[in-house]
Amino acid sequence: MTEQTPSNTSDVLKITDVIKTFDQPGGGKLTVLDIPELTIRAGEQLALIGQSGGGKTTLLHLIAGLLTPDSGSIRVAGVELTKLSEQGRDRCRAATVGYVFQTFNLLPAFSAIENIQLGMAFGNRAIDTHRAYDLLDKVGLADRATYRPNQLSVGQQQRVAIARALAGKPKLLLADEPTANVDPASSDTVLDLIIGSCRDENIALMMVTHSMEVTKRFERVEHLDKLNRIFETI
Amino acid sequence: MWLLRIAWRNFCYRSLSSVLTTISLALGVALVVMVLAVFGIVTEAFSRNAQVGYNLVVGPKGSALQLTLNSVYYLSQPIENLPYTEYMEYFDAETRAEMVRVYGGDPALGERDGVYVPMIGGGYAIPLALGDYLGDFRVVGTTPDFFEKLRHGPTLEQPFEMREGRALVSHSEQYGYFEAVLGSRVAGQLNLSVGDQFSSTHGDPEGKGHGKKFTVVGVLAPTGTPNDRAAFVNMEGFYLQENHAKPLTGEETIVPPSEAPEDPDGFLPLSIPEREVTSILVRTGMPMMGVVLENQVNESLRSQAAAPVGEIAKLMNAIIGPLLTALLVITLITCVVAAVGVLVAIYNSMNDRRRDIAVMRALGARRGTVTGVILLESFLVAVIGATTGWFLAHASIWAFSGLIEDRTGVQVGILTTSAYEWYIFPLVLILAALAGILPAASAYRTDVGTNLAA
Repeated sequence: MTEQTPSNTSDVLKITDVIKTFDQPGGGKLTVLDIPELTIRAGEQLALIGQSGGGKTTLLHLIAGLLTPDSGSIRVAGVELTKLSEQGRDRCRAATVGYVFQTFNLLPAFSAIENIQLGMAFGNRAIDTHRAYDLLDKVGLADRATYRPNQLSVGQQQRVAIARALAGKPKLLLADEPTANVDPASSDTVLDLIIGSCRDENIALMMVTHSMEVTKRFERVEHLDKLNRIFETI
Repeated sequence: MWLLRIAWRNFCYRSLSSVLTTISLALGVALVVMVLAVFGIVTEAFSRNAQVGYNLVVGPKGSALQLTLNSVYYLSQPIENLPYTEYMEYFDAETRAEMVRVYGGDPALGERDGVYVPMIGGGYAIPLALGDYLGDFRVVGTTPDFFEKLRHGPTLEQPFEMREGRALVSHSEQYGYFEAVLGSRVAGQLNLSVGDQFSSTHGDPEGKGHGKKFTVVGVLAPTGTPNDRAAFVNMEGFYLQENHAKPLTGEETIVPPSEAPEDPDGFLPLSIPEREVTSILVRTGMPMMGVVLENQVNESLRSQAAAPVGEIAKLMNAIIGPLLTALLVITLITCVVAAVGVLVAIYNSMNDRRRDIAVMRALGARRGTVTGVILLESFLVAVIGATTGWFLAHASIWAFSGLIEDRTGVQVGILTTSAYEWYIFPLVLILAALAGILPAASAYRTDVGTNLAA
């Protein structure tokens, strides 16, 4: 990974003039995102809301380095992603970004503890089994370590997914509607875990959500519709 | 290590598909190993059987291979017969004169040395008379010299050993001319032992049974040669069966035998003009004389001489070798088909796994990592399949080792391997790599964004 000097050492994420387009089936390009600026500081927690199909997940994929923008700059933990090769972005993601999916996406062949350890393994870190069990304990599933995902409830699966996202000690946690598929009771637990853990470990959090209830838990709430310049022209 | 663990977990997670794919590869490898083992056993059996202890087989003019097959391996049908006088050409005047006195015939035969005597010097000539059967086994009429002079084994120093009883003699007071010695397989399969009697059938296994019975006086210990599946009878008794005497023309000069042993049943040996031999097993005193004798016999009007080792080598090269090679190629194709099965199984699973691959990528796994996992899965199937197949084949060979030794004389242990077997593992790994490339490439190309959103 190329070492770069961040513009502001307290900024974990800094997006500048990012444009993302997709090819349309009939030809031409569809601009999905045109964001002049978005910054998240270390330990800051941000809820991002927006209409369906508004580009929220695309933005998360850009920040995670899973997609590349057409133009603009994305700096994560001081590293300019747009200058990196795919391999470099993979390394950067593994080292600095945790990802919690809406559908949990636990690997079905592996137990709960192994799913957490995989989060470390892909980050090129030594497997810290002690931390993996601590995280599982933190999400209240110490007694489910050897359970496979299909042996866990939906809420339990999401808790394992949170532990997995935290396993690599990320600087930025991206959560894509993590409570969308869990029941209200579990939803609170999931939110408590994510928000609490990020606060405890000084991890910046960017959570995409549709729920206004969820946004109440955040000091900073951004509307993608307002951040995204394409909506200004509509 | 984690990659291997991930691959192993994926292997276990799709256990039914993995196990079936592995079994098909294991069976393919087992087939190849078994064919190689059969190749080795057949080659050794033929080469050990070709080490018969004699240089030449002499018989009537015709196919040298057929002569070898019927006289060495007791397979195929005899070509024709030779007059007994042809056999007498391998003996000096004194022995020939004694033959005339014992069997009856033209006294002039004993007045000269046989034409091949100079080349025999220190060797031997043993007659065989074929044509009768005991069940499915050949009845071989011969003389006591067969058991006294012939040697077998890797160094050709091993005399025939009797598992029970004794070798047959020219004439005994108890059984006259009708003594028999059975090869180990004949005795075992027909449940015959010393003291039992049997009638041979004429011409083929279903032929008419002869009236005069032979008595078993001995059973050979297993030799691992075709002699294990032959019933040896006294040649005189063989001659004395009905229709075995060559019809006389009336022009022969026959002086009745003067030294024939007294037989309790009043049997007299056939006279020399009535006697024929199917073939003669010849060993020359000096090996180099074998070639000279072979040339001289082949230049004669009636006989041909064949070197069994050469004929068997020709047979191996011309027929059995290519057949075994074809069999090997077919089994190798089976392995390739099994490898295609691995490809299909893993490739089909890719549709279900794109999301898992995308998740792994999102967790930080590189393209190379997920590609490596898929290739490792293919290698796991290959290693487990090849190892299982190898053990399966050797366990099967070991299970049948007693039967194989009984039938061929070749001893095979559970870890008896052929040199070619060591090529199987690299070959299977190469096949696995080829089989894994397509699914691995599919994993490499997996689009993370699309599959995470799916």
